[in-house]
Amino acid sequence: MNAPAYNFAYLDEQTKRMIRRAILKAIAIPGYQVPFASREMPMPYGWGTGGVQVTAAILGPQDVLKVIDQGSDDTTNAISIRKFFAKTAGVATTTSTDEATVIQTRHRIPETSLHANQVLVYQVPIPEPLRFLEPRETETRRMHALAEYGLMHVKLYEDIARFGHIATAYAYPVKVNARYVMDPSPTPKFDNPKMDNCPALQLFGAGREKRIYAIPPYTQVVSLDFEDHPFEPYRFNAPCALCGAENSYLDEIVTDDKGSRMFVCSDTDYCEGRQAAGHHGAQSAAPYKDKAQEASNG
Amino acid sequence: MTTIAELPPGFADKVLSAQSTFRSVMDAMARPGSVQPIVPMAGAPDTMMRGTAAIALTLFDHDTPLWLDARMADSSDVLKWLKFHTGAPVIQDSSIAAFALISDGVLLPALERFALGTNEYPDRSTTVIIQVDSLGTGRSFELRGPGIDGVATLQASIRPFDLFERLRVNETLFPRGIDVVLVADDAVVAIPRTTRVVSKGV
Repeated sequence: MNAPAYNFAYLDEQTKRMIRRAILKAIAIPGYQVPFASREMPMPYGWGTGGVQVTAAILGPQDVLKVIDQGSDDTTNAISIRKFFAKTAGVATTTSTDEATVIQTRHRIPETSLHANQVLVYQVPIPEPLRFLEPRETETRRMHALAEYGLMHVKLYEDIARFGHIATAYAYPVKVNARYVMDPSPTPKFDNPKMDNCPALQLFGAGREKRIYAIPPYTQVVSLDFEDHPFEPYRFNAPCALCGAENSYLDEIVTDDKGSRMFVCSDTDYCEGRQAAGHHGAQSAAPYKDKAQEASNG
Repeated sequence: MTTIAELPPGFADKVLSAQSTFRSVMDAMARPGSVQPIVPMAGAPDTMMRGTAAIALTLFDHDTPLWLDARMADSSDVLKWLKFHTGAPVIQDSSIAAFALISDGVLLPALERFALGTNEYPDRSTTVIIQVDSLGTGRSFELRGPGIDGVATLQASIRPFDLFERLRVNETLFPRGIDVVLVADDAVVAIPRTTRVVSKGV
């Protein structure tokens, strides 16, 4: 028997239609969370079941798929999802941000600027930005209906009262198209400015919470702040140890049990691209060091 | 009496045609005013354009109450084709329709008669699919809003002539509102409720 065991891209057609209709409404109402009948997927909640369903509904045979987890193409989650679609949809996969037409991401936005022919699909754990402030869905829904977001500003103010600055470092709330306050998923706030006026379409899928939302291309996305405490993207004050980048988001890697650590780009494709182009940092891998030495000797 | 064998066919490849049609509609919705091509791979009954038929096969099913304009509702070919290929229930009450099919813009009823959603659930609104004469020639319209880098220009011959004036109701209703999909043969343009349209004259 050579008959495929699954439909193209795993989901059945009725499910895809339902998700596709939700995606269209999500695009039409930027930042509003559209309820959808999330299906059980062959992976646990928290592994990106929402993002996977959105990707499955939009993916076609001509697409080139990239999957990242915290910026990395090489982690278990990213590799599993990439293989899942390579197997069930037979699509081409890549690690290059530039070549991809669909990028599924967990918690990062690539450093390389996105372009108009791309769709960025976010995996979202908790889509409701107000959930930790107001646990009742009926109430948060009414707050969104009335654009009543004072509570969120109070939360940010309490940060300032307690710590002297807005201490929210990830899942930093944004206002989309001057209407809906939206959770950008747990991306570091460093990435928030990339969402504003982005040429690519951004789709968000939350599987367990059964919500889909979207930011159309070229849409205003503003991080909430105060006049006297303006929004500031946070970044470790160090260059990348491998590629020397001064403007990328860094991961802190503990390298032994004596407290040594290094800072490297969280976006592996960006870092590798820079290294291949000849940039190197303090702890570059050997080939680049050798080349640099050869250059200085020669 | 039409037998099933005489009905125009649905998609030759249900899965891939639905995917490519959806991507065209999604791109249209994400970039209002841009004209997206639909690769027509299905038959279409009388009064229905190829693009409209493809969108119907892609998005309609038993979960989507469907409202038809008088011309389509009177055509047994259309009703049978929709029933056989999509299973979408055709309803008389436009205010609970998920989709509305308008074969000719002059038959478009007042927009308030469609579902506008609620402030709590603005997504529970009708997507109105209107067949128009041309997307590419005709009057110029300036479009602004999410999905548009500055200003987009759409050239189209559209009936009703005052469609975009009527759609200004979306400005005051937001987040409630009506999303419109314009179809001319195999070309599609979407005007979601966030798009603001200014006529630029002829």
